[in-house]
Amino acid sequence: MKTDVVLAGVGGQGVLFLAAILAEAARRDGMVVKQGEVHGMAQRGGAVQADLRMATEPIESGLIPRGTAELILGLEPVEALRYLAYLAPGGTVVTSSSPLRNIPDYPSIGRVLDAIHEVPGSVVIDADAVARESGTVKAANVVMAGAASVVLPIDFGTLEECVREGLASKGAGIVESNVRALRSGRSAAAGR
Amino acid sequence: MALSDRVSAGYVCGVSSEPRVLLGDEAVALAALDSGVGAAYSYPGTPATEIFEYLEAHATDRGVVAHWCVNEKTAYEQALGVSMAGRRALVSMKHVGLNVAADPFVNSALVDITGGLVVAVADDPGMHSSQNEQDSRWLADFARILCLEPATQDEAYAMTREAFDLSERFHIPVVVRLVTRLCHGRALVHPTEPRSQNPLGRTSRAADWTLLPSASRRLWRGLLDLQDELRAFTEATPHNVFRPGDGGRLGVVTTGIARNYYQENLSDLAETPEHLHIGAYPIPSDALVLLAERVDRILVVEEGYPFVERALRGVLPHRWEIRGKEDGALPLDGELTPDTVRAALGLPPREEISFGGLELPARPPQLCRGCPHADAYDAIAAALATVDEPVVTADIGCYTLGALPPYEAIESCVCMGASVGMAKGASDAGLRPALAVIGDSTFLHSGVTPLMDAVAADTDMTLVILDNGTIAMTGLQPTVLPGSQLDSMVRGVGADPAHVHTMEMKPSRVEELAALVRKEIEHRGLSVIIVVRECIEAVKKRRRATGGAGR
Repeated sequence: MKTDVVLAGVGGQGVLFLAAILAEAARRDGMVVKQGEVHGMAQRGGAVQADLRMATEPIESGLIPRGTAELILGLEPVEALRYLAYLAPGGTVVTSSSPLRNIPDYPSIGRVLDAIHEVPGSVVIDADAVARESGTVKAANVVMAGAASVVLPIDFGTLEECVREGLASKGAGIVESNVRALRSGRSAAAGR
Repeated sequence: MALSDRVSAGYVCGVSSEPRVLLGDEAVALAALDSGVGAAYSYPGTPATEIFEYLEAHATDRGVVAHWCVNEKTAYEQALGVSMAGRRALVSMKHVGLNVAADPFVNSALVDITGGLVVAVADDPGMHSSQNEQDSRWLADFARILCLEPATQDEAYAMTREAFDLSERFHIPVVVRLVTRLCHGRALVHPTEPRSQNPLGRTSRAADWTLLPSASRRLWRGLLDLQDELRAFTEATPHNVFRPGDGGRLGVVTTGIARNYYQENLSDLAETPEHLHIGAYPIPSDALVLLAERVDRILVVEEGYPFVERALRGVLPHRWEIRGKEDGALPLDGELTPDTVRAALGLPPREEISFGGLELPARPPQLCRGCPHADAYDAIAAALATVDEPVVTADIGCYTLGALPPYEAIESCVCMGASVGMAKGASDAGLRPALAVIGDSTFLHSGVTPLMDAVAADTDMTLVILDNGTIAMTGLQPTVLPGSQLDSMVRGVGADPAHVHTMEMKPSRVEELAALVRKEIEHRGLSVIIVVRECIEAVKKRRRATGGAGR
């Protein structure tokens, strides 16, 4: 069994934290994990992408081949669209619908969401709104972790444990609002 | 505090050897700690930064000296001193950093390396965060020393540990060559039993460390004589491994992480090729000959320049068909991917879904909202608005993003510190007004030396130092000296105090800074303007650390 996930977003949205908690949860669930990301100049408000591969057998490449990803997990809808070529036939897109318009030529959000819905079974969530209801808009990435948990072979309890441990140093208040965000993200995705 | 004061004799770290998920960079750092490294030095640079950051975080527990340095050359020289004292040293840097450190690097191959000296160099094929994609294997070869190239995070750990032993065995520095995808990829690493630090003790003679021509000739001869031993090592090491195939006529040579992309596609090949993987250099030529004898065609897959491929091709006619980067089977530029390697193996592309064809805008990196550089660029633009043909040279850091819209404020970025010398050269050539824009850390790294040339000639140019108090682009590492030293440093090298200004910047002072720039470009000699305002990300980080309190 192998599950490849392309994570996409914009520098500052927490793509790398999202990748790290999903990778750690998969590892704790006994899977082999390889996760690749890019730091440095690529993070400064630009497009950020990370590859997460989890499997029950050894993984060779750190990069996901085109046409093989089971999931594209987007923190931003245009960024989710950028990697459709990596999706396997039958794969799905789970993405936030909240646009981040830090570029002058951002396309109409309606056309962006229409393009996402062309992928059968895609799940689109207003992650910013769900995060705000959970107590902090900064938890939009954790909302999307919860949403992704519906399709990923990761135990939800393990994932929650990883969120708690990953944010423990930020204090109990932040941990609790992120756990709420995680659960709400899962409900929002499961409810579709 | 001296190294010897911080380390008790026979100190063995108590960190457990449990397997853990690490970045490639972190695996190198952990291996250095477990190898009993006495000191580590570096200058930040993507994708190498996290090597030193991980090591520094554990340095106190392990009794290790860890210092960020002013540049890669000074870092290398400090590591060399540690080796001379008999202790082990790690120096880490990005690929272009090795250009800066090339002088001590190449010459240190001649001296009698005592404590293991490991040079971890991170190349950036694809130029995610670099100005070129040079391949450090050529520099290791140029210096005639050993180079190990891991394919996985686990190998990065094991090879770094071995590199220290090899350095002490052959008395040469050893390069561990990394690439972005390994540095910034996470996978399971299996640490092994930590080793004690070396006791302080020099064993070598002054004559083996003093590169006067008479000694250099003897030491160079010695290094040349060592080459057979180094090659004997790389012929025998399990890092260079032959895997027989199904007896077909295709051979595949992989190096470093290229092996992963090859193996990713292997199960789709009808026939398994004869395969030689190379993870240690000098190139194991006997192993290549053994592979060649079994096949007619050889595909060479390596991340970086076609290093092994060029050696195999040679210039004389031979009977083998060599495929790789030089004949277009793989792209010469950019990173390898599982897909480009798949095509080179003759496999059809995997099926991809297509969709409606909405044109997606690019999203390049940009200055953060509230970045002080934005105000500085607004002021420079205002000052130059009425000037016919100004030249604005710039340098390496976040402020290089001033090249992109909406600023488009700079017109060069070449290497660390180049802005200063290039502005002087442009002015010397007659292009004026000439402005140079450089960050505080880049100025310390390599800007102060060309400033001395400009002072000596009293060049008609204006140097703008953007002091944001941190090394921002690589993740807010500390500068080696505080910004408060810059003004006295500039005056200290002899710049005319009447034309040296330090200005505390804020958004409301854009016009004031513009007026100052306007005034100084009219001065027919050297002017220096230091613009001081803390990086917005550093402010946020400090606020988080102090629980939300303001400045």
